[in-house]
Amino acid sequence: MKPRSLVPLIYILFLMLPIYWLVAMSFKTTNEILGGFSLFPQEWTLANYRAIFTDPTWYWGYINSILYVSINTVISLAAALPAAYAFSRYRFLGDKHLFFWLLTNRMAPAAVFALPFFQLYSAVGLFDTHLAVALAHCLFNIPLAVWILEGFMSGVPKELDETAYVDGYSFPRFFATIFIPTIKAGVGVAAFFCFMFSWVELLLAKTLTAVEAKPIAATMTRTASSAGYELGLLAAAGVLTIIPGAIVIYFVRNYIAKGFALGRV
Amino acid sequence: MKTENQRGWLFVLPVLILVAFNALIPLMTVVNYSVQETFGNNQFFWAGLRWFEEILRSERFHAALGRQLLFTFTILIIEVPLGVAIALAMPRRGFWVPVCLVLMALPMLIPWNVVGSMWNIFTLPQIGLLGYFLNDVLGINYDMTQQPVSAWITVIVMDVWHWTSLVVLLAYAGLVSIPEAYYQAAKIDGASNWSVFRYIQLPKMKRVLTIAILLRFMDSFNIYTEPFTLTGGGPGNSTTLLSIDLVKIALGQFDLGPAAAMSLIYFAITLAVSWLFYTLMTRDDQ
Repeated sequence: MKPRSLVPLIYILFLMLPIYWLVAMSFKTTNEILGGFSLFPQEWTLANYRAIFTDPTWYWGYINSILYVSINTVISLAAALPAAYAFSRYRFLGDKHLFFWLLTNRMAPAAVFALPFFQLYSAVGLFDTHLAVALAHCLFNIPLAVWILEGFMSGVPKELDETAYVDGYSFPRFFATIFIPTIKAGVGVAAFFCFMFSWVELLLAKTLTAVEAKPIAATMTRTASSAGYELGLLAAAGVLTIIPGAIVIYFVRNYIAKGFALGRV
Repeated sequence: MKTENQRGWLFVLPVLILVAFNALIPLMTVVNYSVQETFGNNQFFWAGLRWFEEILRSERFHAALGRQLLFTFTILIIEVPLGVAIALAMPRRGFWVPVCLVLMALPMLIPWNVVGSMWNIFTLPQIGLLGYFLNDVLGINYDMTQQPVSAWITVIVMDVWHWTSLVVLLAYAGLVSIPEAYYQAAKIDGASNWSVFRYIQLPKMKRVLTIAILLRFMDSFNIYTEPFTLTGGGPGNSTTLLSIDLVKIALGQFDLGPAAAMSLIYFAITLAVSWLFYTLMTRDDQ
């Protein structure tokens, strides 16, 4: 082992420490947590996890989150694919300004939009639905998806498009059966980032929901404040929020590093 | 070469509608509030630019902006060089590459409030691993809820923990795109490690690093959930960053006019800095 491979090793150790602590806490009883310091759980308990899996307000939080994240990913990709194609292949009036304007929405602080979003989605009757959160997250996910996809599409030679036209393909057929499969790595990377940013966002998701579509993260903050300090339960809920991300990241592990690198800005 | 084709507009139409719905209507609402005064009952009065003047002169805003700039500057200074150093030290191929990438990307996929709670649990004195280690093993007096300095350090270390991996991933993507022949040529010329870094690796990473800095700037400038869950802005106001202060004014005190004016000033600052980056970058492309 070369000494320089110690650097990533130490860094990963640093990353894992707080995660380890969260996992360890989730297997401890409340008495043990408050009773004093212990590096490993002394009496392993699954009570915290059991509490989550048997209480609908808890497990519906997970289902709600996964639902709106999935809807958001589908909408973002469906809208971003043709737009990214236009940016990578055509020059049209105001294209550069439009691209920058899209990116500016990635810059808007969510805190700025929280209250107007609440009013807007209440006015159109979507408040407390999964669709509301999915649409609201489009604000920052669509620009990102367009940006990533445009980078991947620009890497595909234009001859592919021209050959397909010569062969008599209509545009929709070419786009669906030839072009999208060619950039499937890009679609995967874009989907990953849409999933990620929708999954981790809380402020808008919390503002736009009350009961029916309440995300897991909001359930957690309300538990933390209402039920005093049930640290073990909070830790178990936290551990369960890490799992979907870990699964998704495993599938795109070979592409993730390329995702942003191929984007243009 | 791209062809001139106005059909492009048709293709971007869905994106335009969705983003405009989410961006323009709320933005107009904010603009609307920022020039009016309300005394409740849904009655609004024209206030002109009064809120803007008030905010720009208010010491509270200056203090929050100062803390925000200090925070963003500090995390950029730490995360960018650290991320590059880690990317340089990573293996280029083999079994360990995907393992490293998955483990490093993990913090970025944790919901932001969980990141805050996790660090809270991690740093509790007596109970948390770090809090226990600092207080009881090393004998350092550390309590985030009492000491502003501890709170600041914790918020910064948490952000380094959360986001350095983004810089690592981007820098690494730039590094693996360098052809092997460049290194061989450098070896023949007898180039030192430093000159390999300065004249081969750094120029190749320039583009992705600019993206990394831009993203880290935007996201750290807008940060809300993690520090709010960790410290609630305290002790006192010591970790009340811009977003936290804004939410306090808008939703806590329900001062819609000043909050809206503050939002617009805030957005304008982010926009101006990002535009500067963007122009500098696209100028190099041509």
